[in-house]
Amino acid sequence: MPDLHFLANPARFRRFSQRVLPALSFATVLALAVGLYMALVQAPPDYQQGQTVRIMFIHVPSAWLAMAGYGLLAVLGASLLVWRHPLAALMARATAPVGAVFAAVCLLTGSLWGRPMWGTYWVWDARLTSMLLLFFLYLGHIALSRAYDNSDRGDRAAAILALVGVINLPIIKFSVDWWNTLHQPASVMKLGGPSIHPTILVPLLWMAASLTLLFVLLVLLRTDTEIDRRRLELADLQA
Amino acid sequence: MTAKRVAAKRMAPKRKRLWLLVGSLAVLGVAATLVLTALNDNIVFFYSPTQVAEKKSAPERRFRLGGLVEQGSVKKSSDGQVISFKVTDLARTIDVTYRGQLPDLFREGQGVIAEGSLGADGVFIAREVLAKHDENYMPPEVAKALKESGRWQEGSGKK
Repeated sequence: MPDLHFLANPARFRRFSQRVLPALSFATVLALAVGLYMALVQAPPDYQQGQTVRIMFIHVPSAWLAMAGYGLLAVLGASLLVWRHPLAALMARATAPVGAVFAAVCLLTGSLWGRPMWGTYWVWDARLTSMLLLFFLYLGHIALSRAYDNSDRGDRAAAILALVGVINLPIIKFSVDWWNTLHQPASVMKLGGPSIHPTILVPLLWMAASLTLLFVLLVLLRTDTEIDRRRLELADLQA
Repeated sequence: MTAKRVAAKRMAPKRKRLWLLVGSLAVLGVAATLVLTALNDNIVFFYSPTQVAEKKSAPERRFRLGGLVEQGSVKKSSDGQVISFKVTDLARTIDVTYRGQLPDLFREGQGVIAEGSLGADGVFIAREVLAKHDENYMPPEVAKALKESGRWQEGSGKK
């Protein structure tokens, strides 16, 4: 793994992000255009679900990214509390709303899929409930980081919440194995290989990669904005 | 002892904070495991026919019954209003009757979850029926080819 420590300095991070943002934006738009074509046009309907299967191409990557984003929040929380990296707090502030939106998209698309397939928009099974909890943890993080006049205190409180909430990630992932649920068990990340036909799996993985690019792009952009906000705040304090 | 070694003996603050964090997370993890284990009965979403037989829950008590819809067991009453079928976990089977709209994925050989209660005669009267989808995704042609070649396993998606 390359040493990313040099990015912990906001000025150096700024120079890095300015260099990668144009290419990253271009790659994201291109990848999403191709991905949506594969998912909505090229992929075949499912033998059971028919065309409704296409919801999965948004639903599943959103779930993965909402969880990965929360993992990132926890890592940032740890690097703020333990190593006091100046950039970690700013990046956490940038990440939380993006992750919250992905969690919301996951819940909404899942609900829209559930109505025709399961026969209900919502049930309180372990998977759906733990995913809703993830969404609330994101909202809590956003609220907590803005709850103090002194933004350092807010950052630290939110970092603790991020670390406590990380317990929820394995619960979401394994909820379908530990308890019986209405939600189906894992199809892609499971022992013995995916149980999805390649004609459906390839568009799914492509969409996951494209939405990951989008996630990274949004976090970088928002982190840049947070750096500016922090500088203005400090300038205000000095004035 | 040199000053350097004395400093090394006292834990550096970063080190200390790291261990504090690791320790707290471990405690939290154990606590969460204990709570979830204790609540296991309330977290499961449905009971299989075998579990229902073991529990012998009181009649009229509402719960969810889950399993596969047995092949060839779905029947409609003469007026088409009441549907009856058998739910099986391949070990035990329970008769179910239901009056209402079935979800799209309700099929023989597929997973189903019915909410309702057991009547005195041992027939489960469902008030709501949900279809359970398995984790297999494939185009219709592939499903057809699998069935024709005899490599299709009904209900193989269910654990």
